[in-house]
Amino acid sequence: MNPVLRDAVMKMVPYGSRVLDLGCGDGTMLAHLQKNHGCSGYGVEIDDANVLACVKRGVEVIQLNLDQGLSMFGDQSFDVVLQIDTLQHLRNAETMLNETVRVGRMGIVTFPNFAHWPNRLSVMRGYMPVTRKLPFQWYDTPNIRVGTFTDFFTLAQKNHLHIQDAFGLQEDRVVRWWPNARAATAVFQLSALTH
Amino acid sequence: MSLIASPQSLSFDQPLHLQGGGVLSQYELSYETYGELNAKRSNAVLICHALNASHHVAGKYAGQEKSQGWWDNMVGPGKAVDTNLFFVIGVNNLGSCFGSTGPMHTNPETGRAYGADFPVVTVEDWVLSQARLLDSLGIDKLAAVMGGSLGGMQALSWSLQFPKRVRHAVVIASSPNLNAENIAFNEVARRAIATDPDFHGGHFYAHGAIPKRGLRIARMLGHITYLSDDVMNTKFGRLLQEGEKFKYSTQEIEFQIESYLRYQGDKFSEYFDANTYLLITRALDYFDPAAAYQGNLQQALARATAKFLLVSFTTDWRFAPARSREMVQALVANQRQVSYAEIDAPHGHDAFLLDDLRYLSLVKAYFERISLEEAV
Repeated sequence: MNPVLRDAVMKMVPYGSRVLDLGCGDGTMLAHLQKNHGCSGYGVEIDDANVLACVKRGVEVIQLNLDQGLSMFGDQSFDVVLQIDTLQHLRNAETMLNETVRVGRMGIVTFPNFAHWPNRLSVMRGYMPVTRKLPFQWYDTPNIRVGTFTDFFTLAQKNHLHIQDAFGLQEDRVVRWWPNARAATAVFQLSALTH
Repeated sequence: MSLIASPQSLSFDQPLHLQGGGVLSQYELSYETYGELNAKRSNAVLICHALNASHHVAGKYAGQEKSQGWWDNMVGPGKAVDTNLFFVIGVNNLGSCFGSTGPMHTNPETGRAYGADFPVVTVEDWVLSQARLLDSLGIDKLAAVMGGSLGGMQALSWSLQFPKRVRHAVVIASSPNLNAENIAFNEVARRAIATDPDFHGGHFYAHGAIPKRGLRIARMLGHITYLSDDVMNTKFGRLLQEGEKFKYSTQEIEFQIESYLRYQGDKFSEYFDANTYLLITRALDYFDPAAAYQGNLQQALARATAKFLLVSFTTDWRFAPARSREMVQALVANQRQVSYAEIDAPHGHDAFLLDDLRYLSLVKAYFERISLEEAV
């Protein structure tokens, strides 16, 4: 996992939080939060190899298909729900966004920003972008929800989500000036608007 | 290196008061152990068996080539539950027919075989008797208790009855209780046995009879529910037993699946006890830790402090993944440490006994984690 992304996420997660990491991969993030940040919680994964990797790492993991929702988890039962580069894989991305702030007091969502300037350039040249952040061809990409940093504001507003912080990540730095064009990764810190 | 198993047995004179009101004034438990108990006595793993298994979990008996334990692919040197790291205990449950006190043994009060008078035993009773065995072996706390199906129910019950004696509970292809369909299957099996003329109200030993017909049908029915539709179709489909033409007979074996089921039924009726079948299916029916909490499983599991691993299999319709998820949900709601894997295997309920690399690697990884933990 990119250490800049990891550190940016860790800064937003209060020490000792109960964390639910949706699409936790091999559990690197959660293991880091457990070891260095007093956190506890679970990862959610669908992939067998990742589930095994989590168990080996000592990260509690629950094998679930996120497209089936989060009915297993109670309202506001976690301090933080993470969706690190998961949103773009979800058929029910909008539902899961709402589920994230239902289950967690805070949601942290990151995804590839399609409006990053190399992507724009590629589309202007007539091709879908293939970059380090988006290394797939258009016909085999697992990223079925492609959106931009700016798009996310619209979606958040539509769902009455409160954006506590929003910034971009590019290479090894945080991008706060014009992240929609200047950052490959979009990062949002959210909560439900009601509290 | 192959593991040589040797069965042992212990007698208990302290009466066991059973949940159903019965009392076993004295009883024996058959068990086997594999591996070495460490100096801290912190590496013991108890394996609980399901319907038709026994204390013979792993290894072979000396000089008996075909005597492999029922979970030998899971337990042994270098295997998922590694007997080089753990001291593994297999125990035969009360009421069973493989050595521990059961309906075919002599009732000390009458001097005759218990037969139908053997008291009804529950999962909780079994766990209590297993705890006494551990007391005798000088084991205060288990590194893990593990079981599949009905064995998983015992593992779960251990975590509720003796929360301080269990570090980890590994609950595989199991359920927090049986649903109506599942009880229904058990009831059909029991009626097949109890209405066999050779059953004699459960006192068939005295008549020198064995209700084999009932046992066969019970086993045939059970076997269907342990497989998946897919696996049956792949294995048998509509293949005929002989030739390519129908015999147009209602009695003779026509399809291969019929032959297979009859074979399984025949084999089972040769070694399994009819009263045991009734007792064990009843124990399955009765298990329901949430019942005392108005069906609230979250409240029921609040007392469990163990760490959990749950595993289910996608094609298991007898103990479906949804039932495992109920337990995961209840444990998560109690903020317990729990991991859960849903293995996409084609074999139905039987998958928990079979070789599936994803499944066995996962359990192995989990037990390696247990062995690295400092026992408290």
